[in-house]
Amino acid sequence: MWTWFHKLASPPHFYRIAGLVTPWFAWPALVLILVGLYGGLVLAPVDYQQGEGFRIFYVHVPSAIMSMFVYSTMAISAGIGLIWRMKLAHAVAAASAPIGAWFTACALATGSLWGKPMWGTWWEWDARLTSELILLFLYLGFIALRSSIEDPQRADRAGAVLALVGVINLPIIHYSVVWWNSLHQGSTMFNPGAMAINMKWPALAMLLGFMLYFGAVLFVRLRAEVIRRERNATWLRQELAQ
Amino acid sequence: MNLSDFFYMGGYAAYLWPSYGLVLSVLIYNVWSARRAHREARRAAARRLQMEETRS
Amino acid sequence: MQPTGMLRAGGLLYARDLKLAFRRWEQVTQPVVFFLMVTTLFPLALSPESTQLRQVAAGIVWVAALLSALLALEFMFRSDYEDGTLEQLVLSGQPLWWLSLVKACAHWTVSGLPLVIISPVVAATLAVPAGAQGTVVMSLALGTGILSFLGAVGAGLTLGVRRGSVLLSLLVLPLTMPALIFGARAVDMSIMGDSPAGPLYLLAALFILSLTLGPFATSAALKVSME
Repeated sequence: MWTWFHKLASPPHFYRIAGLVTPWFAWPALVLILVGLYGGLVLAPVDYQQGEGFRIFYVHVPSAIMSMFVYSTMAISAGIGLIWRMKLAHAVAAASAPIGAWFTACALATGSLWGKPMWGTWWEWDARLTSELILLFLYLGFIALRSSIEDPQRADRAGAVLALVGVINLPIIHYSVVWWNSLHQGSTMFNPGAMAINMKWPALAMLLGFMLYFGAVLFVRLRAEVIRRERNATWLRQELAQ
Repeated sequence: MNLSDFFYMGGYAAYLWPSYGLVLSVLIYNVWSARRAHREARRAAARRLQMEETRS
Repeated sequence: MQPTGMLRAGGLLYARDLKLAFRRWEQVTQPVVFFLMVTTLFPLALSPESTQLRQVAAGIVWVAALLSALLALEFMFRSDYEDGTLEQLVLSGQPLWWLSLVKACAHWTVSGLPLVIISPVVAATLAVPAGAQGTVVMSLALGTGILSFLGAVGAGLTLGVRRGSVLLSLLVLPLTMPALIFGARAVDMSIMGDSPAGPLYLLAALFILSLTLGPFATSAALKVSME
């Protein structure tokens, strides 16, 4: 099993496999997102209190969940890279960061656009919004730190330490709605029975679509990372000649 | 529900469509950006290998 | 020769850092002067009226203290890094987490403590009532401590990096935002006459968290930067 894993992590193998696997993530992602869009915009019943405005839920919540999921991926792979000195793990962390930052920005922006008509305010300094904002800063800090260190190995390892320090923010974001009762509503996705399935399913479809999307985009970025980090010319030459 | 009702979204159009528009633009941008990164990496690597070849 | 015990090594390092810092007296006074200046900017810019100042005093004192402490942060490891002392510390055989803890404490003594001491004066100029002064001092003592321990991680990661000070602020400020929120809230509640116990307890929890976990993260950061 380990030999298979080691083989996978070797750059030429990984490059090729990533290329083969990407379409299997990309196309289902597209289908699921389209299905989620149709479900969320057309099929889902109108909310009793919030009317059509509630439909923002179907882009806001998957974005927010992804912002945390991608950070976990980033932190876990950074940790693996730090402990086992695996270059590929560091590459996963580096490639995930911009995607995660964008998801976080989407979550914040759509949340703001949802908040204004519903609760009359573009922003509130409640625990969940603030910690999500901090998450965006953590992503940006990670990217900034990596880009300002010239030595690639040191950049990898410094970024990894930073990513791991920031992990503590994730449980704060998730449980903030449990610990503090303020503006942001409580958990609906993870609370069975908090929302009817005929309203919930488009969000699930979108979320699954977003996850597969993340996989596809990640693989493409990883291929770029692998090439950038590669010093051994032979397989690269063969690959580029194709 | 007719098309104009759909776009009107019960009065929430000004908030809803920018939200969806933003998220979809970001998704499309990230696909483009990732593919561009890959393209650039390949180009740079090819250039690097060529320079090494001519040097040796 | 017997290897130096942890406590003794820590004591020596602490004393040395303090001695060096007081030789470069400007490094000690600069953050304090900055603190004083920034807080006087606000009555000038907003309004010298007490009731108005009182409403924003908590936030101003806290943000100014945080930024002032941040100024001094980049010097925590810099001179040691440049003259090779840091390398000696890493190789010394003493647990690096302990040395990081001591260095952060020394840093706090030199740059955080002066801010805490002068904070009642600053708060008074912002129309903070005498009854809230205790909360000001307590919250800033915890807050500047948190900044020293968390800031040490950032300082360790950005060693020798170009424009490191800007990057350092970028990295450390998000980590200290929760402390800012609770600290400013505690002072605010005190000004209103309520008990600040809730936010102060949370602030204390953050302090303990950064005190216990910070040194390990700092030691990891130093090892990465020294490779």
